[in-house]
Amino acid sequence: MPAFIARRLLSAVLVLFSISVMVFLIFFATPGVDPAARIAGRSASPQVLAQVQAAFGLNRPLPIRYLLMMEHLFIKHDLTSYVNIGSKVVPQILQAAPVTLSLVIGAAVIWVIVGVLGGVIAAANRGKFIDPLIMFVGIAAVSVPAYWLGEVVNFFTQSKFHSSLFSWVPGSGYVPLTQNPLEWALHLIFPWLTLAALYAGIYARVLRAELVNALNEDYVRTARAKGLSERRILIRHALRCSLISVVSLFGLDFGALIGGAALLTEVVMGLPGIGMLTYNSLQSLDLPVIMGCVMYAAFFVVLANAVVDILYAVLDPRVRIA
Amino acid sequence: MRDLKVSFATRQGELRAVDGLSFDVGPKEVLGIVGESGSGKSVAMYSILGLVRDSNVKISGSVKFAGREILGLSDRELQGIRGGDVGMIFQDPMTALTPVYTVGWQIAEQIRAHSDVSKQQAKSRAIELLGEVGIPDPATRVNHYPHEFSGGMRQRVVIAMALSCNPKLLIADEPTTALDVTTQAQILDLMEKLQDVHQSSIVIITHDMGVIAQMADRVVVMYAGRPAEIGREIDVVRHPRHPYTWGLLGAVPRVDSKNRRLVTIPGTSVSPLNVPEGCAFAPRCEYRMAICEERPMLHGDDGHLDACWLDDEQRVQIRSTVSSSGDHS
Repeated sequence: MPAFIARRLLSAVLVLFSISVMVFLIFFATPGVDPAARIAGRSASPQVLAQVQAAFGLNRPLPIRYLLMMEHLFIKHDLTSYVNIGSKVVPQILQAAPVTLSLVIGAAVIWVIVGVLGGVIAAANRGKFIDPLIMFVGIAAVSVPAYWLGEVVNFFTQSKFHSSLFSWVPGSGYVPLTQNPLEWALHLIFPWLTLAALYAGIYARVLRAELVNALNEDYVRTARAKGLSERRILIRHALRCSLISVVSLFGLDFGALIGGAALLTEVVMGLPGIGMLTYNSLQSLDLPVIMGCVMYAAFFVVLANAVVDILYAVLDPRVRIA
Repeated sequence: MRDLKVSFATRQGELRAVDGLSFDVGPKEVLGIVGESGSGKSVAMYSILGLVRDSNVKISGSVKFAGREILGLSDRELQGIRGGDVGMIFQDPMTALTPVYTVGWQIAEQIRAHSDVSKQQAKSRAIELLGEVGIPDPATRVNHYPHEFSGGMRQRVVIAMALSCNPKLLIADEPTTALDVTTQAQILDLMEKLQDVHQSSIVIITHDMGVIAQMADRVVVMYAGRPAEIGREIDVVRHPRHPYTWGLLGAVPRVDSKNRRLVTIPGTSVSPLNVPEGCAFAPRCEYRMAICEERPMLHGDDGHLDACWLDDEQRVQIRSTVSSSGDHS
């Protein structure tokens, strides 16, 4: 097991390195494009262009440029945006990251609990009224776009019933956890629910399908022939085997969301997270920020995948040898 | 077991999987149930333990286990019987074990479901059982996962599990079908040996007359959910009375036979959706008569019963012509 973990983390580092090289090449070595002009932004003055040339070492060989870039990003943290003159990229990301992490981790806790409960209850009650009911609510939650759901939630909590039922809901925005945990949670509760709805629906449906498959497996028949209770068969045998595919789904979703895919929720709910930062930098073609965000997103996707693979090996002994 | 009937409501009508099956299993007796795929032999045994989970199923009849009616008991009541008084061995050992737990854990789970022992005690009992079924180095193997065992070894694990609570009755559903021939022989030997030790009764379900000949004391031959012939193993194998049994015995390939062609029973098994009102085997039977439109009842003497309209004289005549032509030898 420790060897497996070490091997998996090593390969994650290799993947991250190759991603950084690819990102660098796309931004700085695309043929026919002058990186200086793109970094400096639209209608930049010749002085600014020269400044960019010097800062990024654009007249030096490619490998040196790569190393300079990584030095700016990871060692000196002084990669600078030329669109919003003077704002540094890395501190921007470090400021946005806790917002996204708070949003996504909180939502993930909700959607995993709701999704797993929903899937298990539906599978345990196949053929009864409650099963199609849960599946219907699930498909409804999957079908509603996050921006629409977010707007509706905002409408009810911020204006329509804000003076009565939802008077305890603070205005949109973010309060750091370290500053005031209660305010942090109050600000995030509706963003959490908005983001979790989609994923809870998906997870409940996927898990139900997996469980129904598992319940038809021979080993479930064996478990029944052993004289185990239905509950034990469902939880210890069927659910335990079904979790394997849910975990891999979770890793992909979680990594992507931390990496900025929670954009819609962040924008609608006014949360200055990574998604919002990426969105703004894309709109103003702020290349250094875009690159920083891409690297950051890649880091979390790769990390989440590595964690999923390790969890996989914990859950399924057959994977450990490979 | 008396007049067990199992049917499924389907869109094409009522599917009669088991239609009037009755037999007894005495203490320490080995009963073989033999028949083609789809003859209802597995369904019959699964249904008595409530292992047929289809909501469209209808089960009637009477099954008494140690004097107690068990048909129609609730899941909770059956839990004590399943795995405790009645152990089960399944056809495919590759899929019968939960892949994510060690074999020791799975055996201990069953022991702890039926008796109040500590985890430690259950595990040492599991090690004991694994040794008993011939798994080398059981103290190490107990911590291995099912995928680390070969098919034959896994079937040994399943047998160890089935025996873990000293069941009075062991139901073995085609225990050797998924194994290769040498392993088959080992598993059958093992089951015979363990039966001596544990003194359980065994119901062995198979389509292989060879397994019957080696293991069974008495035999039930099933066709299309109905019993075709019941009797002591020696009577049924040596002096089969039902034309279907003749066919089954003829279909066992023999090394010493000069016949190069494999003997088959013409036609295919009837669909359980429309079993004929009369004798179910009639459409495939060489000796069909007018009276076969009517369903024959089991009859016979000295515990050797069959459901066929042929009278003794006809049978003697048919058997003598057949054995002289060498077809069903």
